[in-house]
Amino acid sequence: MASLNNFEEATFLAQSRDESFHVAEVSTGKLKKRRHFRWWRFAVLAVAAAYFLIPLFAGIRFSLQDTAGKFSFETIAALPSAPGFSAAFWLSMRVTFVTVLISAALMVPTAIYVHVRVPRMRRVMDFVTVLPIVIPPIILIIGVLFVAPVWLKASPYLLSLMYVILAMPFAYRSLDAGLGAIDLKTLTEASRSLGGNWVKTIWSVVMPNLRSGLMSALVLTLALALGEFTMASLDLWQTIPVWIVSTNGLPNGHIEIAAAMIGLVGACVLVTLIVSLDRSQSGRGKAGTK
Amino acid sequence: MTEGIEAKERPMTFTSSQPTTSSGASVVLDQLVRDFGKVRALDGLSLEINPGEFMALLGPSGCGKTTALRVLAGFEQLDSGRVIVDGKDLSRVNAQKRDMGMVFQSYSLFPNMNALNNVAFGLRMRRQSSSSRRAKAGELLEMVGLSDQATKYPHQMSGGQQQRIALARALAIEPRVLLLDEPLSALDAIVRAELRDQIRSLQQRLSITTVFVTHDQEEVLSMADRVCVMSKGHIEQVATPSELYGRPATAFVAQFVGISSRVPVVLFGQEVELFGLRCPIRSGDGSDLTGALDALLRPEDIAIEVDPEGKGFVTRKSFFGAMTRLVVQVGELSVRVDVRSDKAASIDLGTHVRPTIISRDVLVASRKEVAGIAEEIPK
Repeated sequence: MASLNNFEEATFLAQSRDESFHVAEVSTGKLKKRRHFRWWRFAVLAVAAAYFLIPLFAGIRFSLQDTAGKFSFETIAALPSAPGFSAAFWLSMRVTFVTVLISAALMVPTAIYVHVRVPRMRRVMDFVTVLPIVIPPIILIIGVLFVAPVWLKASPYLLSLMYVILAMPFAYRSLDAGLGAIDLKTLTEASRSLGGNWVKTIWSVVMPNLRSGLMSALVLTLALALGEFTMASLDLWQTIPVWIVSTNGLPNGHIEIAAAMIGLVGACVLVTLIVSLDRSQSGRGKAGTK
Repeated sequence: MTEGIEAKERPMTFTSSQPTTSSGASVVLDQLVRDFGKVRALDGLSLEINPGEFMALLGPSGCGKTTALRVLAGFEQLDSGRVIVDGKDLSRVNAQKRDMGMVFQSYSLFPNMNALNNVAFGLRMRRQSSSSRRAKAGELLEMVGLSDQATKYPHQMSGGQQQRIALARALAIEPRVLLLDEPLSALDAIVRAELRDQIRSLQQRLSITTVFVTHDQEEVLSMADRVCVMSKGHIEQVATPSELYGRPATAFVAQFVGISSRVPVVLFGQEVELFGLRCPIRSGDGSDLTGALDALLRPEDIAIEVDPEGKGFVTRKSFFGAMTRLVVQVGELSVRVDVRSDKAASIDLGTHVRPTIISRDVLVASRKEVAGIAEEIPK
């Protein structure tokens, strides 16, 4: 028996050595491959960065030039007092704020309801939420302006209602992905068995664990509402994008580009703020995964 | 393995200061019917559970046990029937108003809350003050041996710890009934065995009426006061674990609980002939004893004697500690026999043996029924 044990032990050790040899071999191969891939990764990253950053850099550079082409903050400083800018800015803010509110109020309960009560409808919702992407905004707004009552056409918040539709593919899908990552059914049932009604359950249990999906949905909705031009233009409301286009008459176009750049930087700051807030919150507890 | 070590570090403890539930509630499930499309998940299920009793619902997948538990919890609506707790009809009462604590199969702790807040959640829903919530949650955490984990979030805890927190959370609201939906199935073997004992001792300590759903026979036989074996939405037998194993009422129970060998028999009045001996029969409830019949024999219903002239011979041996299970071939039949390991040591493969029946009676059922059941039960 002892000899058998020794034999087994020897075989095991030999196998272990063989395995470790293979591991070492594989590791070396991986290292070589990794070096090989690193160069390509860098190249791809550089091309992608150039693709996005060069126009951005050009825009920022152009907006920081005076009419003589010299570096100056003149156009930025002149922006708040540019005719129509303040009104357009506050209109954009109001419309965007209402859009985000309506979008959250509609999409969050819908996504939760579909996940908890009618999961079979998820495929249908996938299809429905793609529709606003394939239907051109111009068709949507003309159709709506044709049927909307006068009081609604007279309100800028018609744009908010339309932006909710435009943002639906992004907002719903972000929420859908967020909900898909947590065991929603078990969590809601656990809450209800402990005495939580639906409102408390959604507020105390679902929403905190849906934070990432919700943040993505809100950021995307916000970005879309801030940058939308077609509908605002056709509905004759001068939001920031419409104002930028309508100020073609200003000298050299520096001020319009400055407005666009400030909008972009503002959106970046907002997104960074939301993402870092989300990360700091995540430190307290990771969302449960399935 | 880590879970086992962690779970062992601080066992559940009981002290006089810890919360107790004075007495459990009685539960009556009355003619429950629930259809999912064309599938009838509950087919007139009726069951009475005594106050403080640990009742296990056991059955194969799709037998309706989880649906019955969910109906009791209020997560499924009934097509007909009643759920009565302490004499009050709760059939139309929302889940959140039923006062039933539930532990789920998957880890159901709220990921955004630490252990203390998870346990205190039910108390928060009941609008208890912050200080009393914290005090009570602390007591419950101590009870499940995890007071040192109070500030940990679910993702920082092992599966066993999470289920213990889930148990504490369910108990914190002092529920009328504790519902356990396969709470051990996601755990590894060591933690499962440990938590099984802890749940049972806690349930006995608190005298809380408990309904436990599982498909694990070992869990059921070691934990439950009574077991309700279900098949196709109805009850096959409700009995104590020992009665269920020793005196299965139906062919389904005999085949689902424990191990049975099927032996074709011919009926002689109220007796059948087995291995050359006449033996009284015990027919299953409502069994049709016409046509071809099978006897269902437990490994311990049969004894063997080494006999060179014996009709059987040993084809397989499986060592189970104190007992060894032998497979004996008798003609075309193959029966399993449990023999004490010290005796089995002297019986080699191929040894001729003489099997005899030592049970006072045997369960007999229609062969067609038995074959149908064998297909239904995954072994």
